[in-house]
Amino acid sequence: MENKGLNKVDLIFEKIEPKEVLIKAFKMSSAEIIQNILDSGLKGRGGAGFPTGLKWKYTAAEKSSEKYIVCNADEGEPGTFKDREILERVSDKVHGGMAIAGKAIGAKMGIVYLRGEYRYMLLKLMIELDSFHKMIKEIGYDFNIEYRMGSGAYICGEESALFESIEGKRGEPRNKPPYPTVSGVFDKPTSINNVETLVTAMMIIQHGAKNFTQYGTKDSRGSKVFSVSGDTPTPGIFELELGMSVQQFVNVFGDGDTKAVQVGGASGFCVPRKKFAETIIGFEGVPTGGSMMLFNSSRSMYNVLHNYLDFFTEESCGQCTPCRVGCQQLLKGVEKVKKGEAKPTYLNELMKLADSMKIAAKCGLGQSVGNAFKSIVGNFREEIIY
Amino acid sequence: MYQVGNLVKELSDKHGRMRESLMPILQEIVQKHNYLTDEAMVEVARELDISAAEVYGTASFYTFLDTQEKGKYVIRICKTITCSMKGKSDIIHTLEDMLKIKVGETTTDKQFSLIETNCIGWCHKAPAILINEMPYTELTPEKVSTIIKDYMQK
Repeated sequence: MENKGLNKVDLIFEKIEPKEVLIKAFKMSSAEIIQNILDSGLKGRGGAGFPTGLKWKYTAAEKSSEKYIVCNADEGEPGTFKDREILERVSDKVHGGMAIAGKAIGAKMGIVYLRGEYRYMLLKLMIELDSFHKMIKEIGYDFNIEYRMGSGAYICGEESALFESIEGKRGEPRNKPPYPTVSGVFDKPTSINNVETLVTAMMIIQHGAKNFTQYGTKDSRGSKVFSVSGDTPTPGIFELELGMSVQQFVNVFGDGDTKAVQVGGASGFCVPRKKFAETIIGFEGVPTGGSMMLFNSSRSMYNVLHNYLDFFTEESCGQCTPCRVGCQQLLKGVEKVKKGEAKPTYLNELMKLADSMKIAAKCGLGQSVGNAFKSIVGNFREEIIY
Repeated sequence: MYQVGNLVKELSDKHGRMRESLMPILQEIVQKHNYLTDEAMVEVARELDISAAEVYGTASFYTFLDTQEKGKYVIRICKTITCSMKGKSDIIHTLEDMLKIKVGETTTDKQFSLIETNCIGWCHKAPAILINEMPYTELTPEKVSTIIKDYMQK
């Protein structure tokens, strides 16, 4: 497997003149923009990793007089805080990326869905949005962005739940298909992209796809913003080239006593020390929306797992049984095993339940609860029991 | 309890009377009064011409759209993993001592409510809380007591 080592990159927060990039983009045809993004190999930076160019291509292919670009700023995954930082520092690049995406798919309307926890930023963002609107008007481009606020529901980061929320409903995920590219917000073709994806797309237009593909590996092109927290002397936001091993990451960010790294948040995977060297951070290894939580040997992995399960039990929308009941039973189950009310072998039954949830749950939330559950129980079984 | 008065009508004029106007309207009522009364929700239902059950059903889905009475300052303490590891319990003890309430309760003078919440996106500066919409981070018991004293004097 390709290993690029740990290299810092400055792309997302790089100072640029957004106006110049937008002028360049608006001179390009829709197909040219999409080809650039396809060539770059950019995959969605929210965590799921769908190829951005394909998403734009599919949405562009839909025939509709009304299409939307939605920016997913409902950053709720535990351990992720990069989108807040990006919006705080370079909102003009987020808005710019939306306008470029709009040009690519033929949308005149953009909506940013910002989580309620970040409302304190809204006033500043509105001022920045005003100057952005003035700027694109000067260029002669017709694109309008609106902000919609969330109200404290993790599930609204799931794309179809997010659409429901924008439409003024409970944030319950929809059945797929139809996919958002066909029928998204207000049942119109929609490209929904993460904050960081939109900024990265703008930077690809600025520097060219070739420049971007220098970074990263075959499966994980480019660089990515990581949110580093937990037992580390240097918590914070770091933009790093994709394709490093967990070991290389820990060598730089660990406190010398790292026993596990949770890659990708509560819905991601727990990597134990013995697998640090062989595990690549990226789509070929453990994928991540950027959340990197480090745990040292003083931490109980039971407490970590309990905290995640408690989180999912509260944040499950309750619509489908596998997720609603599954989360509760996993939580109750590990508590029982810990207290000695159930035999340690009961964990095997719970592992099967986590597998069933992956198959049967309606959306990504219920499907990914098993990632953390299985990787923590699988690697730290004795800590769950004793 | 607050009287909703003309607020719902004003907000409906501002945000429209479509289904998609519902969230912005409810959010702005909560920004002003910190929670939704039954009266407010019924009034919203009337303005938007939808059933009150729809309004309640939507509001009760979202943790920030409280349908139970809350104080003027709602303190939300992050309880997700990093904040838990970095001293969330000490912050809760300090707050409970100062305000003489437990998590989940509101002070009798209706000034403060104390609740736990899931990840608020400040893991690198844990432990963190929100007071209404303002985040406070890298808290210590001393730091949080200074912050609360300031709010008490407001």
